[in-house]
Amino acid sequence: MKPTLKPMILALTLAAALPWSSHAAEYRQVQADQSAITFAYQQMGVTMDGKFNRFTAQLSFDPERPEAANATVDVDLASIDTGSAESDQEVAGKVWFNTPAFPTARFETRSVKALGDHRYEAAGQLTIKGKTQDVVVPATFTAQGKAGVFEGRFTLRRGDFAIGEGPWAKFDVVANDVQIQFRITANAGE
Amino acid sequence: MTTHYTPVAKALHWLIALLLFGLLALGFYMQDLPLSPQKLQLYAWHKWAGVTVFLLVLVRLAWRVTHRPPPLPEHMPRVMQLAAHAGHVLLYALMIAIPLSGWLMSSAKGFQTVWFGVLPIPDLLDKNRELGDLLQTVHLSLNLFFVVVLIGHMGAALKHHFIDRDDVLTRMLPARNLEP
Repeated sequence: MKPTLKPMILALTLAAALPWSSHAAEYRQVQADQSAITFAYQQMGVTMDGKFNRFTAQLSFDPERPEAANATVDVDLASIDTGSAESDQEVAGKVWFNTPAFPTARFETRSVKALGDHRYEAAGQLTIKGKTQDVVVPATFTAQGKAGVFEGRFTLRRGDFAIGEGPWAKFDVVANDVQIQFRITANAGE
Repeated sequence: MTTHYTPVAKALHWLIALLLFGLLALGFYMQDLPLSPQKLQLYAWHKWAGVTVFLLVLVRLAWRVTHRPPPLPEHMPRVMQLAAHAGHVLLYALMIAIPLSGWLMSSAKGFQTVWFGVLPIPDLLDKNRELGDLLQTVHLSLNLFFVVVLIGHMGAALKHHFIDRDDVLTRMLPARNLEP
């Protein structure tokens, strides 16, 4: 056995000396054109949907060490597309997002947990309109060549963030629950 | 000899007339309102009523095809009889085309129609802002045209009653124990 042991020890020593990033890809470079954040809600029993055209994300994710992952997503609320110009204008106003005072919505992870089978759970804080709530966002991760795709959805209650006050505060016309769906593509990098 | 429309034809005529006046008034009123929960509520009601009228018009067309209406008075010149028929065809065509244009407009604007908040009507068109705006113009134009044709329809009925003094208006009114 002696002759084989020596090269093995040598290999292990070499491996330990190398930086980890050369072993496992770490995904950090977000590809905006292959990412999307959309939302859906009920309006008098009718499902309505829309999207945000501009958002930025800083993330760092190593599939081998998911617990060390972190992400910050900033959504430009003025970039909302509800499907009609009248509504886009309406939701920028004081009783909705109050975009001039609170231009961005931010999600910041606090901890990431691997659930197995490419499924993860990111616990973090969501801040919209100056109000912060703890949220748990389930997501899947799929490696696609050089890129990694994070997909998931969660539900927020607009009432928790005072999105739609005054005449809109009741949920009979526009429901409280809003489903947020995201797909974020990031390339592996240094 | 039948001088009156059938009770079913009369009921459908007046029920649809009542709903149409409501729909027209609501439609013209709600479009200029600022966005509010009330506006969305009114739009939903308008759409529900529109679908209802569309279905009633289909029933009425089926009834019309299977039940011959009383003939026009003999004193009417041939050209006026043709004009009357053309007017009625136009009214039916608009009563079909207007709800269809409203439904397509809703689809293109991304607001699906869910009848009474319960029965979803499939979207034939995908969300498309330009097409939605175009269909809005179509819906409005058809309605303005419809108002003109309706005025002609009511004017003609009144002319028959007060000037020609025939039974064209009264045969669409509830029968007052005339026939056994």
